[in-house]
Amino acid sequence: MHFDSQYFIELFASGLTKGSIYALIALGYTMVYGIVGLINFAHGEIYMIGAFVFFLASSLLTVLGLPMWAMICIATAASIFWAGGYGYTVEKIAYKPLRNAPRLSPLISAIGMSVFLQNYVMLGQTEKYLGFPEVIPEFDFLEPFASTFSSSDFVIWVTTVIVMLILTWIIKFTRTGKAMRATAQDRTMAELVGINVNQIISATFIIGSALAAVGGILISSHTGSIHYYIGFIAGIKAFTAAVLGGIGSIPGAVLGGLVLGMAESFATGYFSSAYEDVFAFSLLVLILIFRPAGLLGRAETEKV
Amino acid sequence: MSEPILQVQNLTMDFGGIRALNKLDITVHSGEIAALIGPNGAGKTTFFNCVTGIYKPTAGDVFLTPGKGEKPVSIKGLKPNIVTGKGLSRTFQNIRLFPKMTVLENVMIGRHCRTKTFILGAIFRPPRARREEREILLHSYRLLEKVGLAAFANDFAENLSYGAQRRLEIARALATEPHLLLLDEPAAGMNPQETEDLNALIREIAAEGLAVLLIEHDMKLVMSLSQRIFVVDYGSKIAEGTPKEIRSNPAVIKAYLGE
Amino acid sequence: MLRLRKYEEEEMITAKDIRRILLVSGWFMILTLPILGMRVDPLSDNILWRLKNVMWVGLGTVVLQSLPHLWHLYLYLQAGMIRLWHHLMGTPPHKIVEKTAHRDSLINRVITNPRQRAILCAVVLTLTIIYPQVVNEYQINIMIMAFLYIMLGLGLNIVVGMAGLLDLGFVAFYAVGAYTYALLNLHYGINFWMALPLGGIFAGIFGLLLGFPILRLRGDYLAIVTLGFGEIIRVILENWIELTHGVAGIVNIPGPTFFGLGLTPSQKILYLYYLMVLFVVITIFVVNRLQDSRLGRAWLALREDEIACQAMGIDKRRTKLAAFSLGAFWAGIAGVVFAAQNRSVYPVSFSFLESAMILSIVVLGGMGSIVGVILGALILILLPEYLRELSQYRMLFFGAILVLMMIFRPQGLISVVRRKYDIDSIKAEEKEGGA
Repeated sequence: MHFDSQYFIELFASGLTKGSIYALIALGYTMVYGIVGLINFAHGEIYMIGAFVFFLASSLLTVLGLPMWAMICIATAASIFWAGGYGYTVEKIAYKPLRNAPRLSPLISAIGMSVFLQNYVMLGQTEKYLGFPEVIPEFDFLEPFASTFSSSDFVIWVTTVIVMLILTWIIKFTRTGKAMRATAQDRTMAELVGINVNQIISATFIIGSALAAVGGILISSHTGSIHYYIGFIAGIKAFTAAVLGGIGSIPGAVLGGLVLGMAESFATGYFSSAYEDVFAFSLLVLILIFRPAGLLGRAETEKV
Repeated sequence: MSEPILQVQNLTMDFGGIRALNKLDITVHSGEIAALIGPNGAGKTTFFNCVTGIYKPTAGDVFLTPGKGEKPVSIKGLKPNIVTGKGLSRTFQNIRLFPKMTVLENVMIGRHCRTKTFILGAIFRPPRARREEREILLHSYRLLEKVGLAAFANDFAENLSYGAQRRLEIARALATEPHLLLLDEPAAGMNPQETEDLNALIREIAAEGLAVLLIEHDMKLVMSLSQRIFVVDYGSKIAEGTPKEIRSNPAVIKAYLGE
Repeated sequence: MLRLRKYEEEEMITAKDIRRILLVSGWFMILTLPILGMRVDPLSDNILWRLKNVMWVGLGTVVLQSLPHLWHLYLYLQAGMIRLWHHLMGTPPHKIVEKTAHRDSLINRVITNPRQRAILCAVVLTLTIIYPQVVNEYQINIMIMAFLYIMLGLGLNIVVGMAGLLDLGFVAFYAVGAYTYALLNLHYGINFWMALPLGGIFAGIFGLLLGFPILRLRGDYLAIVTLGFGEIIRVILENWIELTHGVAGIVNIPGPTFFGLGLTPSQKILYLYYLMVLFVVITIFVVNRLQDSRLGRAWLALREDEIACQAMGIDKRRTKLAAFSLGAFWAGIAGVVFAAQNRSVYPVSFSFLESAMILSIVVLGGMGSIVGVILGALILILLPEYLRELSQYRMLFFGAILVLMMIFRPQGLISVVRRKYDIDSIKAEEKEGGA
């Protein structure tokens, strides 16, 4: 069989792009799970809201006639602000009251929140697909690679790497980051040593939401469209990525995102594209059944 | 002495790098009341968990005699419900009742492994199923009478007092018709009167032919009840003998009081 | 006397409260500003401002937050009135005591009293039978849909409410039932009555197959895996065109036959209605029997404490599989009926949102409570139909209900009542048995 290396590289690039987006969203899932033991079902909706806010902000700013780079900066800041705001508020309303309830309660609440937010945006905006501005310019120095990957792909990779580095720096070197790690390990102890656990949990949600918002902006610009339902599918896939890498592990989320993105890209490239979603779901089901700890996670044992 | 009911040989349990149980050899005989004592963290509850199938032991073997005159079978690594079906039942250190079920229903759950009605029986209720249900009710109620909780039959289990909850757990365990009953700190949190009642109850149970192995910190109860005592410390058995022998055993005294 | 004093002594509202109310309202106005306050005109790319929406949000949040304070005011006034009354009547002080006896809710008291329950059932049944005679066809169809959801809700109730397994892919079994009928009818001409048990059995087998791999999973992982299953089924329905006709669906599915006689369209609807009543009654009967059986108790024990339940000899796997496949069987049967009522099946009817809706019914009504689930289905299905102007907000309400119920009333509208056994009759039986 003739091995088409060009096709392979294209799929690789496309996988890298998808994987980066999944990684950005998966980080939010994994951080929240690590710190409160909750699957934030509504996280996908935050990603979607981030994209929508960018879309609205950029439309508004275009009307005002600002230069492109200013518009992007302000719209991104707005997107992060609002996404963080929604993440923070969702936590306060739907999860905080249930911190001591049995495990299923916050999960059901999260599902409710997800459904609520989806329809909230649908009613507030529109149920149709909207055209998203392609804010990533074509870079000249990437011209030779144009047939393999686009500037959009490149920007996504670079942004993801930069964001990862910033996140790693926050987690490793700032007080907040240390407090987050402490709270994730042992919440009671963290409280006893004087960490304001509520603030740390809120911070975790906000950071996760900001990452998701960036992911939302990047991918919407890449595909050129947004819709109120994109959060659901992306959310499940990103959750798959987080579980694949080991839920609760930050490097795991990145690894899982990349692996999932690659796997999806090659599977749809070499097999069929219609069953793309099935692939991710099946992977999720298989991991949870056979290796719930994921690639980098540790298996938990319950104390009797 | 009568035939052995539980034979634990060389039992070893490792959790990662931590050795919780180290080559334990413990034998309990039919009709015997035995006790497992030791300082906190010695591995007593872990021992129960290994024997009942909640943990799979790293090494060693566990043999249970499922009935009078039958041959001992290995129950190592078997699922907890299978172990219970073979005649080994237990209570828990941190009481694990079914809080939102009534007292009577908690005991009725114990009858599950001795009864058979399944889906079709539940829906159509043929005479056999109705007979079985009646039997479950009667048997469970009598057990409640035995532990003195008959008056609370229709109350929610979570509403009982602490001592009453412990007795309920015993009744529930008895409902599975065990040959050997494992009690994990049954007297914890009980006042002297309740402990006395517990003492009498355990004697009554043993008199009916049941073997009992209890984990306890209440030394008075242990010395009064047990015919045989096993002492563990840091996962190893450091002594075994009658109450009199254990009381004066220097290794035991050292383990509890330090040098 | 003490209770009365409490309402009068506590501050009704402080400056801090007012500041908090304003801040929170302001925050929500900011949050909703982009989503509710702005829209992009698709043609001109201009911004359409809808700031009135944001204002409503502000007002709404102020009102919502004031409610506890208003309630406090109400109690205060009530206490004052009580005081006045007793003062006028000259009641001696020691007799003024508020009744705080704990009683089961009215509904629960009626249900557990056999005579009252029988009367209630008779009344409800009579109303149900008369209903189609007094309303128009459209309303009958709505009621049929409500009955369908009652069946689905009771089926899911077995899995979630009784056994405590959060199945988010329940709709997959619904789909199996519906497509079984559709396909068997299309290829082999199988009629409704033959398809009914087949749909249930296929769905039940599916439940067994799906149940096996998930037995070991813990609560939230179980939920996600079942969600994954449900979505896989939906995607397969949409894409395996040779089998399922994909998005185009399967049409011209006949309704249930009446002993082979021909019926006019309006008679058909009436027939279907009474058929549904029968099915619902059977479902209630079966679920009731299951709840009050050895198996039902095992489910409850499994839900309360899986480890203790195993230690007491219950085979966790068998018990979970029983719940899963029974729930699936019921969804399959409901699916066949759905296909017959709609005369067609499309993949879009079997999305995750559908599972979420059925879950809302069970959560709202009360997990494990039959009456609760019926009530939940009636409220969540009938209300949006009768409040047509609000029907676009339906899913919004479903989502909100899940959140609100979990926070304020996780046991649901009707909390489960455990069976209270008649001890005296037990003792009489004992004597009878010559024990």
